Amino acid sequence: MSAMLATFVSFAFLAAVVRISVPYVLAAVGGSWSERSGVIALALEGMLLAGAFAATVAAYASGSQTIGFLAGAGAGALCAAIYGLLVLRFSADQIVCGVAINLLADGATRFFLKTGFGSSSNSPRVAAFHSGDAGLYATLTHPLVLATIVTVVLSELALSRTPFGLRVRAVGEHPEAAASLGVRPLGVRLKAVLLSGALAGLGGAWLAADQHQFVAGMSNGRGYIALAALILGNWRPGRAALAGLLFGLAEAIEITLQASGLGVPGWAVQMLPYVLTLVTLAGFIGRARPPQALGRPFLPDPISDIQKTP
Amino acid sequence: MKRAATLARALLPATWAALIALACASLLILASGGAPLAVYRLFLAGTWGNAYGIGQVLLKTTPLIFTGLAVAIPLKAGLFNIGADGQLTIGAFLTALVGAHLPGSFGPLAAVPLCLLAGFAGGALTGAIPGVLKATRGSHEVISTIMLNFIVRAAMVGVGAWAFVRESVHTVPIRPAAELPRLSTVFPSLRGSAASAALVVAVLVAVAIAWLLYRTRTGFQLRAVGKSPAAAETAGISVARVTVLAMTLAGGVAGLVGADFVLGYKHYYEDGFGGGIGFVGIAVAVVGRNHPLGVVLAALLFGTLAQGALAVGAIVPKEIVDVLEAVIICAVVGAAPEVRRLVARSAPAR
Repeated sequence: MSAMLATFVSFAFLAAVVRISVPYVLAAVGGSWSERSGVIALALEGMLLAGAFAATVAAYASGSQTIGFLAGAGAGALCAAIYGLLVLRFSADQIVCGVAINLLADGATRFFLKTGFGSSSNSPRVAAFHSGDAGLYATLTHPLVLATIVTVVLSELALSRTPFGLRVRAVGEHPEAAASLGVRPLGVRLKAVLLSGALAGLGGAWLAADQHQFVAGMSNGRGYIALAALILGNWRPGRAALAGLLFGLAEAIEITLQASGLGVPGWAVQMLPYVLTLVTLAGFIGRARPPQALGRPFLPDPISDIQKTP
Repeated sequence: MKRAATLARALLPATWAALIALACASLLILASGGAPLAVYRLFLAGTWGNAYGIGQVLLKTTPLIFTGLAVAIPLKAGLFNIGADGQLTIGAFLTALVGAHLPGSFGPLAAVPLCLLAGFAGGALTGAIPGVLKATRGSHEVISTIMLNFIVRAAMVGVGAWAFVRESVHTVPIRPAAELPRLSTVFPSLRGSAASAALVVAVLVAVAIAWLLYRTRTGFQLRAVGKSPAAAETAGISVARVTVLAMTLAGGVAGLVGADFVLGYKHYYEDGFGGGIGFVGIAVAVVGRNHPLGVVLAALLFGTLAQGALAVGAIVPKEIVDVLEAVIICAVVGAAPEVRRLVARSAPAR
């Protein structure tokens, strides 16, 4: 028992929690921006995956990890641009399009992995993705980890205290009212969605850098988990980040239990955060209050007699 | 004349989506250094070009009919079921469990329905949870079904440790009495393909769902809730009851995927056998415009794509089909209404 306790309070374990949490936190904070503006963040999974792949290719080609991270953010934003075009310009159904973007990212990364690297499972190891030291200090002072912490703080402040944050919240609660005050709902929503894409793409880049390569389907549901985290965080960036950390903690415990052979079922621990989200969503713990206009398209054009699919 | 115009307007979006998909496919083939025309020829030859290809298309179509219906039924009631993956996992697992532990005296006429019932029940239970949560607590079904997918995935790790054959990720085989015959026993030319009578089950289920939706009071209530929950509630329809019913039914139909994979194909449950067909079900429902018979046709389209991917795999990475699926969805939900809008605008006012 004490051996187990020692495992879970060690610096190495805490470092692992941070490393695992970075993609969750970045995607969840990005997703908060998108959802608070009224656009469902179901495409986070695809943005993470595209970010991971683009980061790998860019770092492989340029030999620079920084360029890799930038490319990751760019690819995430590109996914967000396609998603934004569909759901904002064409007012297409957000859930269908979100799933479609995830399928697209999964298919496209596998396709280009095959054509570019000649493998259907993974890219070669990328030398530029030097992990360096996996200790707690080195992890916490990694530029991207620092950037993540800054992003969380800035997002929390910006959403509640800046004019842009106010506009995002306004178009997410009542776009028609916001429009009558001169705010352009579609423009604000597009910015929020692009921001979510860049942040999620950056999270994906970290994922690839942490494993030193791209592995097909490596996002493995993390985007959906980030979506759960932001709901658990009641659509507030700071709390969403904490929830992301909680999911990271559960995963780290599961991995450690598996390696320790202590006989505690890791799958039960892994299941816990999902059950917790389900319970929170049902209003048994606190109360989930989504933005009022979440998922509802804003139609600037009064021609709305055209039947939409589905 | 008027009917022809209506039909043209209905087909226009599909044509548009097909053109976009074809253009994207050609670009991707060129990008990978292939010749589009040669690839398309191979694609046709490997799918509808011979009996074996047709059999394989039907094999890949069958589970998509179930998952497509599992998305389409709740969509009719305005509900989004993203949980087909979890539902079909539980359903198929129960199908295999019941099929393996049937009394030896059971003949096919008792064994097969019992296994189907087990699959339906397993999926229905899994689908009922988000339905009940939505109806009683207002939890959004999209999030709860996604959470349930992960809960099922984690739970199967635990259950598998107890239920799987040692050093494997599959259960013991079902009794021969519960096996569904292959289509090749009736059509000998399909020999070699694993397509089974599960296809017949799938089509029958689709017809039954169509009847339920359009010919019964329950179906009317379901569609009414989908059009406007508030109006339906005012008219005396219990939205909560319809919500639970739609999700339970959807889960049950998803659970029937076990009929295809377990009873008709592998004869055991295997970890991760679904490979994301729950999500392809969303594409099938969208392209099939949520109509049960549209779902069957859309499943045939996506089944053809899946088999065609293998046929062209030697020249082009088969992952091209995953990209095309996504492009087709985007084109249908995004671009097609836009085309219709443009047509409506250019047409003279009635």
